[in-house]
Amino acid sequence: MDILSEAFAWLNDPLNWTGRNGVIALTAAHLQVTVLAVVLAAVVALPAGVWLGHARRGGTFGVVIANTTRALPTLALLTLFASAGLFGNTATVLACAIFAIPPLLTNTVTGLGDVDRDIVDAARGLGMSGRRRLVEVELPLAVPLIAAGVRTAVVQVLATVPLAALVGGTSLGTIVVTGFGTQRYGQVLAGGILVAALCLVAEGLLAIVQRLLTPRGLRESSRARRGWRRQRSPGVPVAATASSSSNGPAST
Amino acid sequence: MRLADTPPNPWFSWDYVQRNHADITEALGQHVSLTLQAVAIALVLALPLAALAHTRPRLAAPVVGTAGVLYTIPSLALFALLAPYTGIGRTTVLIGLVAYALLVLIRNILVGLQGVDPAVTDAARGMGYGRTRMLVQVEFPQALPSIVAGVRVATVTTVALVTVGVVVGFGGLGQLMFRGFRSNYHAEIMTATILCLVLALIADVAIVLLARWMMPWSRSARVLSDVSA
Repeated sequence: MDILSEAFAWLNDPLNWTGRNGVIALTAAHLQVTVLAVVLAAVVALPAGVWLGHARRGGTFGVVIANTTRALPTLALLTLFASAGLFGNTATVLACAIFAIPPLLTNTVTGLGDVDRDIVDAARGLGMSGRRRLVEVELPLAVPLIAAGVRTAVVQVLATVPLAALVGGTSLGTIVVTGFGTQRYGQVLAGGILVAALCLVAEGLLAIVQRLLTPRGLRESSRARRGWRRQRSPGVPVAATASSSSNGPAST
Repeated sequence: MRLADTPPNPWFSWDYVQRNHADITEALGQHVSLTLQAVAIALVLALPLAALAHTRPRLAAPVVGTAGVLYTIPSLALFALLAPYTGIGRTTVLIGLVAYALLVLIRNILVGLQGVDPAVTDAARGMGYGRTRMLVQVEFPQALPSIVAGVRVATVTTVALVTVGVVVGFGGLGQLMFRGFRSNYHAEIMTATILCLVLALIADVAIVLLARWMMPWSRSARVLSDVSA
């Protein structure tokens, strides 16, 4: 209990919140790195995913990428980049962007690939060109899964950025790492609480955003459709494809 | 002269591996034992939890939700939250790893249990199987492919995650990576990274082989499921 009160004492000290290494500045740096990394990953992954998904190719490719990056430790990439001469947050942004690519890519590919073939056929029958089909039919139907991918990527990067404190990046993780270094465990606990709270809040907010982004028609029918899906092909639950891509049919 | 100014710092060096054989083996051993222990404990916890969530659907949301919250907390933060209480060392890392493997396993086992063909459970019920016997003898064997997929993901993720344990001094190969970063020794970082990837690959292949041995019927089952889909 002593450490807990130490942590609250740390959190209650206004000096720890303001200043160059205060909580507010560190949170801002944390969010900035996250946004940069996700934007960088999205610039690469979204066009590639749209192209692969529209062509209905690249399902296995996505699974292979996802599995390889899952096996590659974040710390390995961070230390590799940092000791290759990229100091501070450049290494962090690059490493986090690489880890944000798989959820974005696989969800975009799956989202577009899962669009009912009958619907695409109907659009073709109406005389729509390939591009118009993509923009007006396939993309709106894929929005829920793509949004889920963005949400997974953002939360994952938010959770990864603190690790960069080990290799000299500045984020909320700095509080934890400095605390471990100076053996002030109250500070360690306070930092842990802050990082965990940031991630949980972000996850909750993004869940709401994702719900708002989903077209109303899909939102209402999703419950009924999910029930139907569970009965017929239960190996592919809608939610599971969002975050753990290798649970999909390709690997089982 | 120029060579003397900047000593070579290659990324790949067999010399390093030979000189530090004992160090590498120790880190690798720590890495392997942490991974095995974490996945085993997580599986032992996940099986009854998933079974509970499956037989009492009302409990499914809280069980999966709690595991989901644990999963969302970043590894560094989780170690930070645990370390003041469980101390600096092995236990802290192990608890963290188990917490992360738990969500993947519970979700996959649950998906597998829910995916059992209702016709099969109906037939079992018609033959007079009780709830427990049905779970153990019918539903779990049917859910094995999904469980194995979960164990694979959990193991590979755990191998990567062990490295974060470096903050409390028990990071297995992460220990080498961090030391290499501190002393700017490229070969040390690269060797540890490659060993991590190889370890994940070997573990993955081993689980697949083990699963094939455990499920001699899986090949014909796959054909059946293809036909029905």
